Amino acid sequence: MTASDTTLAELSLSRDEYDEIVSRMGREPNEVELGMFGILWSEHCGYKHSRLLLRLFPNEAPWVLIGPGEENAGAVSIGDGLAVVMKVESHNHPSAIEPYQGAATGVGGIIRDIFSMGARPIALLNALFFGPLDERPRNRYLFEGVVAGIGGYGNCIGIPDVAGQVSFAPAYSGNPLVNAMCVGIAKENEIIRASTGGAGNVLLLVGADTGRDGIHGATFASVDLSEESAERRPAVQVGNPFLEKLVLEACLEIAQAGLLVGMQDLGAGGLTSSVIECAARANNGVDIDVARVPRREDGMSAYEVMLSESQERMLLVVPPENVSAAKAICDKWELDCDEIGVVTDGDNAIIRDNGEIVGDMPIAALTEPPAYVLSGIEDPQTAALRDRDLSDLPQPTDWNATLLQMLAAPSLASKRPVYQQYDHQVGNNTVLSPGQADAAVLRIKGTGKGIALTIDVNSRACYLDPYVGGALTVVEAARNLSCVGATPLAITDCLNFGNPEREPIAYQFEQAIRGMAEACRALNIPVISGNVSLYNESADGPIDPTPTVGMVGLLEDLEARCGAGFANEGDRIVLLGASTPELPAGALGASEYLSRVHGTVAGRPDLDIEAEARTQALVRDAIARGLLKSAHDVSEGGLAVAVAESCSIGGIGASLDLGLNENAHIDASLFGEAPARIVVSAPSGNLVALRGLCEQYGVAMYEIGAVGGDALRIGDLIDVPLGDVSGSWEGALLV
Amino acid sequence: MTTTTQSPRVAVVVFPGTWSDADCHHVITNVFNAHADYVWHTESNLSDYDLAILPGGFAHGDHLRPGAIARFSPVMDGIRRMAEEGKTVIGICNGFQVLCEAQLLPGALLRNAHLQYRCQWTNLRVETTDSRFTSLSQQGDVLRVPISHGDGNYFADPDTVAQLERENRIIFRYSTPEGEITPEANPNGALANIAGIVNKNRNVLGMMPHPERCCEPELGGVDGRPIFASMLQHAGVAVPAHTS
Repeated sequence: MTASDTTLAELSLSRDEYDEIVSRMGREPNEVELGMFGILWSEHCGYKHSRLLLRLFPNEAPWVLIGPGEENAGAVSIGDGLAVVMKVESHNHPSAIEPYQGAATGVGGIIRDIFSMGARPIALLNALFFGPLDERPRNRYLFEGVVAGIGGYGNCIGIPDVAGQVSFAPAYSGNPLVNAMCVGIAKENEIIRASTGGAGNVLLLVGADTGRDGIHGATFASVDLSEESAERRPAVQVGNPFLEKLVLEACLEIAQAGLLVGMQDLGAGGLTSSVIECAARANNGVDIDVARVPRREDGMSAYEVMLSESQERMLLVVPPENVSAAKAICDKWELDCDEIGVVTDGDNAIIRDNGEIVGDMPIAALTEPPAYVLSGIEDPQTAALRDRDLSDLPQPTDWNATLLQMLAAPSLASKRPVYQQYDHQVGNNTVLSPGQADAAVLRIKGTGKGIALTIDVNSRACYLDPYVGGALTVVEAARNLSCVGATPLAITDCLNFGNPEREPIAYQFEQAIRGMAEACRALNIPVISGNVSLYNESADGPIDPTPTVGMVGLLEDLEARCGAGFANEGDRIVLLGASTPELPAGALGASEYLSRVHGTVAGRPDLDIEAEARTQALVRDAIARGLLKSAHDVSEGGLAVAVAESCSIGGIGASLDLGLNENAHIDASLFGEAPARIVVSAPSGNLVALRGLCEQYGVAMYEIGAVGGDALRIGDLIDVPLGDVSGSWEGALLV
Repeated sequence: MTTTTQSPRVAVVVFPGTWSDADCHHVITNVFNAHADYVWHTESNLSDYDLAILPGGFAHGDHLRPGAIARFSPVMDGIRRMAEEGKTVIGICNGFQVLCEAQLLPGALLRNAHLQYRCQWTNLRVETTDSRFTSLSQQGDVLRVPISHGDGNYFADPDTVAQLERENRIIFRYSTPEGEITPEANPNGALANIAGIVNKNRNVLGMMPHPERCCEPELGGVDGRPIFASMLQHAGVAVPAHTS
């Protein structure tokens, strides 16, 4: 029976792809088989449009243990026999339809990716993008629902949410983004593989019963959002963090007991991708019977069982002699644990329903979907915006008011109203919490070391120049880590873009990856895991290109760390980096200032990777030597906003003299976003040593002021009481 | 679960869904060099223990309401016996909720008044040193201790609150850093800013804030130490000088 166009559309398969499936099978696939192809050949699982480009990322470094695609998540060594395991994943489309459950299950899914490797999850991060809160009521509904969902899941399961980004821009009104990241710790030699090992091993399904929820979730993630999307609400799963806590503890206990050959979570694509990917890694076959899968509801077909994305399920591969021991541990945690099949030495996946074969496919055919070469052309409108001359912008008359207006910009404002809803301390490892520093710092108990974590993307820069924006995103994440004193180790990325089958999007996608890859190489930071989320479009158009970067860094000595808040009266404030305090008009390119004050997205984002590398290395060294009391990167909002944030975090004022010339572009100097700049504070007694280091690293150093008082003063331009600075910054996102 | 002959011994109770168990265990063993065992909720015999901690988390998923199912776990028989025998029991966060549901402490923890989960630092005024949990503090001391809960809004009927006041059983109240009891210092709407109370025999404490999260300087403060030091000392542990 040839599949109808409607069927193919439901599975997001093209007619050409269907013909390819028929050719690989040597016959027409049946419904179950076609459904499984649809899942595994979706962009979400099969990376059809991204696979070739992703090869551009560097993946190797001496500390990399597991790179992208090999396992559920990437892993790096941090010494002492310990590995950091991490991954970020999107849950955009479910969150657009049902924000609480969409976000909650995004968190649940990424946690499973980490503990499926035998790692204990120790931190969650997330990057969230919404339309402006004042643009339409639904944006606030989505924002509040997503935040509640992230908190609801993470708080209940007991994993601290330590860092994140929340941004607002019109391009996300129709298609919000929810990128969730999880980080775990494992002993290097105890990492569990997602592999079936060899013939005879038993496949155990642990955790939740299987229901009809989430069917076609992976394909749903791989099409544009439309008016009818609300009708796909059944494709959004419902999370049960309590159950996942039990599954987490049981799986880690089974792993610790040495009972496992392999482990893999059931995420996008459910049982289909879990079983097939595990078998493919070991070149095994599998023989499973869906009748053995415990159901949540009666009358489910084999098709539905194979495609269900019910949450909180894990696939365990164990040798036959370990089955009873694994089941005993599941019993203790009051969890179902069912033998659903065996590993074979064949090449095929055999799917049975009560013994009767309902699917029989070569695994290689399933796991090697076609890979498409994208051909992109830049949208000429974007090029025009980028080339706009910014030198004749009208200047504000009241710089005090402008500063406060900037601090109250939702994308810049303090995210305390968000992160105070997340437990960021459980686990007793959080040394630098959200709001204290440019990155979270967690101690690694028993080692004296720490890890730093950040998640970041500059999507406005990516829109105006995806290559530069992609590179900037990587260097800004590295700058965040450097500002707490950590050396960047690795990246996990979440590439959120529109429909890559359209040329302007294909251009953005390719250029952003190329820019990111260049920055990764220059800073020697490999990409070890990631996720691609395409088709982020709605009736309002595509999202801005949003290649989110999650990054981990290492602090060899936890004691040598640095926060972002000014600390002591009298400390000197110093600007480190590539440019003078005074900036040309062009520095306003791609800035928050242009967007907030002039309602314009225009200009050219700037990048200087060489200067970044030197400045970041300098700051790490200065922190290691204990020279600095604070370090904060100058990014969105520019120097004035960075200094105001350091005041607000530290609860102390500052006086600055930027030494601007008479004809200086004040707007650009205060709010321009020139790259490779970090504003630090240090006792005056440390300045000689700091100057020496700056010469050694070839980085310019400008003394621009002093910490102290109860106001922020910048020359004769700005004089705002500290209470107003904090009030604007802290208050903007309060309901 | 290995045991040693070292006395006294601390039980850290683990329900399905508990998550501060490891943090409490870490503080007892690594900060105070005392002995602690994890005790699974199906264990009803706690006769070997001198002190029990009911840690934070979502016992049994907080299904129905926090603590409502946990109070039926077999381990609560052992906890009840310890309470009757005058041994020390502390319920932190979810543990406080469980103790209220088990009626070992009066009152209830309602949904936070603002309806949101809250994780933040709070200031706790020590209302009395007449307890084995605050014997090493001074009355009026202000301890900086974080909270992390969605249901911490203490409520009891007026007679019960009057009795708690009369019997000096309110141990901690949310205050300003200077020790003033104000509505602004109250993070969850708790009646009379109540953060922690003891039972009539003063050997069972329930508190919403997490003292186990602030016993080491790198975690932002050490004001949780006097609480642990007081009760460990009462139980006969030689408390290291630097920790109290």
